[in-house]
Amino acid sequence: MRTFAFARADSVARAVEHRQAEPGSAFVAGGTTLLDLVKLDVMQPSRVIDINALPLTTVERLPDDRLRIGALVTNTDLAYHPDVLADHPLLSQAILAGASTQVRNMATTGGNLMQRTRCPYFRDAAAACNKREPGSGCDARHGVNRMHAVLGGSRECVAVHPSDMCVALAAIGATLTLHGPHGEREIDFAHFHRLPGTTPHLEHDLDDELIVAVTLAPPLMPLGTAYVKLRDRASFEFALASAGAMLSLDEDLIGEARLALGGVATKPWRCREAEALLAGKRADTAAFAAAADVALADAQPLAHNAFKIPLARQAIVRALREAARRAGEDAT
Amino acid sequence: MQETTAHPPEAAVTVRLTLNGDPITIEVSPSAILLDVLREQLGLTGTKKGCDHGQCGACTVHVDGRAMNACLRLAVMCEGQAVTTIEGLAEAGHLHPIQQAFLDHDAFQCGYCSPGQIMSAVALLEDHRIAGDVATVREAMSGNLCRCGAYQNILAAIQDVRLRRHAQEGGGDA
Repeated sequence: MRTFAFARADSVARAVEHRQAEPGSAFVAGGTTLLDLVKLDVMQPSRVIDINALPLTTVERLPDDRLRIGALVTNTDLAYHPDVLADHPLLSQAILAGASTQVRNMATTGGNLMQRTRCPYFRDAAAACNKREPGSGCDARHGVNRMHAVLGGSRECVAVHPSDMCVALAAIGATLTLHGPHGEREIDFAHFHRLPGTTPHLEHDLDDELIVAVTLAPPLMPLGTAYVKLRDRASFEFALASAGAMLSLDEDLIGEARLALGGVATKPWRCREAEALLAGKRADTAAFAAAADVALADAQPLAHNAFKIPLARQAIVRALREAARRAGEDAT
Repeated sequence: MQETTAHPPEAAVTVRLTLNGDPITIEVSPSAILLDVLREQLGLTGTKKGCDHGQCGACTVHVDGRAMNACLRLAVMCEGQAVTTIEGLAEAGHLHPIQQAFLDHDAFQCGYCSPGQIMSAVALLEDHRIAGDVATVREAMSGNLCRCGAYQNILAAIQDVRLRRHAQEGGGDA
């Protein structure tokens, strides 16, 4: 394994100073992505900046009732937090559908936002990959691409965004607080992850900044949520297709719907057109199937992953159906 | 407050931690992985190296009571933390109840995954946020692979200890 220098930051400002001083440096929180990829020689930080001593480990309820999650809250602690379970069960469901107990105990909220793709060509330093080495080409596009994206891809990159947590954040809506050399700014979660386009190596809207918090949008009322994840094995596996759904019901009509997809797209994929279609409709399978068709209308299969389109369709219908059932229970 | 420190790659970093109950101070390379430090620097070879990428669970240890993959953690990240390995489970010559249950239930064949399985099982039983039904336990243990396929007996060992604990807790006069 390649070696690196080290720094331990005792404040957010110092962490950012270290980062700014050394362009090849990387923050480490849980380490589950970074150290995995350093061992594969896919990431080569010149210095690792340990941010685990920073006071970013709490979930707090803001005066306006929104939940603000510190970037170092672990995936496990977030999934079981009483306020998260009460307000945003979708977030808990999605986190617990991902990874293993050990990885969830290590992985953090901010780190999950920075999770890298599981594309095997990205993870193989001998393969061509525009994300790992800009301009080198994409071995996935005409290679074994069963696991790859059908939404949001480009000629340069079809790598799937692997996070389950981020699918829930896409559906719920969230604001990220970033701390950089010029102080703090806030950014809509929807704009944080970039589409690959011609620059798949640029994955996030970050400028020498550290993610310090994620603030969740308020929940829908009454609330029903469901996270359906379809994968090759029942646990500790990345999604082939997943759907996170949130619904509120007004009698038996849908009040507001939220829908996001994982496992099929190059970034956490919010389905706004499908959501708009669902508002005011009867909460039945016909409406859910119509929404799924809209959500997947632009899907473009590669040689080996056309199966993902009907799979995602099923995940969407099942997630919406279950969310509607739970919203009905929540209303009574 | 502690001075913010910066170390070049070749410089050793001093790390103070609690290892199996004892406070220790070690000098490690900044890029040293906890698993390698445990096995090669501290001679604690009970923690196994399987995949070395967080996918098999053979290297599972407890950090501040939580099960973690020692292969995906820098030793320098453990400053001030309590690390427990399989060597730290037995007390005063008595096996931990989970260790005994693995023997009683024949919960291994080759034994290579057993330290990791046992560390995950112990942490699982201590974490009351995780439900005790079979489906939940199987899910919570899915980060530990057993290529001999001893899963049924591993599950039986865990649930046996759980039942005994419930019986003991319910058996008092409270």
